[in-house]
Amino acid sequence: MADIAVLLKQVPDTNAKIVVSGGRVDEGAVNKWSMSPYDEYALETALTMGGSITAITCGPARAKKLLTDAAAVGATELMHIVVDDLTTLDSNQVSSILAAAVTKTGASVVFCGKQAADTNAGSTGPGVAQKLGAACVTMVSELSGDANGFTALRPSSEGMERVSVSAPCVIAFDKMTTELRRPNVKGIMMAKKKAVDTLSPADLGVDLGASDVSLQNQAPPAEKPAGQKFEGAENVPTVVSKLRDEAKVL
Amino acid sequence: MTTIIAEISGNNLHAVTAQLVTAAGGDATIICPGGFGSSEAASLAGVSKVISVEGDCFGSFDGGAWAQSISSLCEGRVIAAATANGRELAASIAALKGCAVVQDVTGIDGDTITRPIYSGKANATLTISEDTVLTIRPNIFAPAQSGGDAPINTVNQSADVRVAVQEAIAKASERLDVSDADIIISGGRGMGNIDNFSHLEAIADQLGAAVGASRAVVDEWGMSHSMQVGQTGKTVNPSLYIAVGISGAIQHLAGMRSSKYIVAINKDSDAPIFGVADYGIVATWEEALPALAEALGNL
Repeated sequence: MADIAVLLKQVPDTNAKIVVSGGRVDEGAVNKWSMSPYDEYALETALTMGGSITAITCGPARAKKLLTDAAAVGATELMHIVVDDLTTLDSNQVSSILAAAVTKTGASVVFCGKQAADTNAGSTGPGVAQKLGAACVTMVSELSGDANGFTALRPSSEGMERVSVSAPCVIAFDKMTTELRRPNVKGIMMAKKKAVDTLSPADLGVDLGASDVSLQNQAPPAEKPAGQKFEGAENVPTVVSKLRDEAKVL
Repeated sequence: MTTIIAEISGNNLHAVTAQLVTAAGGDATIICPGGFGSSEAASLAGVSKVISVEGDCFGSFDGGAWAQSISSLCEGRVIAAATANGRELAASIAALKGCAVVQDVTGIDGDTITRPIYSGKANATLTISEDTVLTIRPNIFAPAQSGGDAPINTVNQSADVRVAVQEAIAKASERLDVSDADIIISGGRGMGNIDNFSHLEAIADQLGAAVGASRAVVDEWGMSHSMQVGQTGKTVNPSLYIAVGISGAIQHLAGMRSSKYIVAINKDSDAPIFGVADYGIVATWEEALPALAEALGNL
């Protein structure tokens, strides 16, 4: 099996409340940080394939735990590119950093999630692919194959389709039906001792330049005015009339 | 000036393309990948030019190949639709050009843009440089009207295809996808079991609506992930969202709170879903859905 690089991002757990204070999301108020859900499927699929698996993350010091978690289930190498505040970087800078990290591993196959649960963007997989000169398939919910090539299931306008792709390639995963493995005690103990290759973007030879995008403000969503509430199914016709006459959506 | 990447559906222009013209604010060039929909694009008011890009690579979707083919034609600000293919294409074009992409934009005011983050649990306001690539969330901007008569330039420019379609698999049902629907009726654990979704489907048929589902029922009852609305499913913003037997977990609200009108039907009057509902009905689905079918039939 070819070496696989898996790109992982640490995000607030999707069940966590997001608190905004002083125009920024308050990271201190996040009660649980987790591996972004789609990244879990990227890692799981890589582990199923076997071979050398390098887990790579770009983020602040807290993100190191994500790599240890990945090692606990079987990632063989760990790489942490330290960036204190990811909101200062634009997609092009992030793609450049991650592509340089992948190049350092020597892997010709890259797995990642279709998007991260914080930015919900989905720019990294295709971006890294272009930086590496690799092919890219996104929204993948099934994957089979080996070092010579893969067959991937993805959505299409007619339903779904199976596509073939060969290395070098980037596969961005959607939710899958695969059961995610959980670490055992031995895995957790071994992971604690596992060395993390900790690097800065400059160590990878990436000249970041200036960001094209600057964050002005983060804000909670606008509060909706309180709705109308009715007790009992006998009010259904009233609501249907309101949908037609007030909301004008029927 | 702005370059719009047309969203293609089959061999036609997807309706969201007309919304991109409005988001561009005039003087827009539309690139039609594969030449699909170019005459319809030329008829949109506010379009100054259409570039119909033809090449073998447009036979099926390969975002990398499409980007290689069209990126040299993209001038000024580039905008595409925040659909699955539009996002991949925009990210590929930006990386090739060495500039940033900002996905799923919901507001543009000159160089200041807004977009939801954490699936709508917060919004970010950003300042962007001139050549940033943007994707625009569907159903935010009004569509441009027809009445334009822009010239169409045809360019032959292909690229190496590296993602080859081996097998097409038709949709299991002919049901509308939640991403495309103007009305969605969704069910959650309160529906009791998967068989009871037939009651939601019957109402969906009356309304021409799509059927959605909460994460709980997708995970526990094995429903299709394509139906899942929420932070780890689809983010939707239909005109009308009807939530039945859905309590309203944070991660579900994140995926549907930007719907224009929300109706919640739940037997628990304290369910969080009522906090975002425009119209709440405290009732069991067994009572409410027959009443809903009858009331809709009487419209």
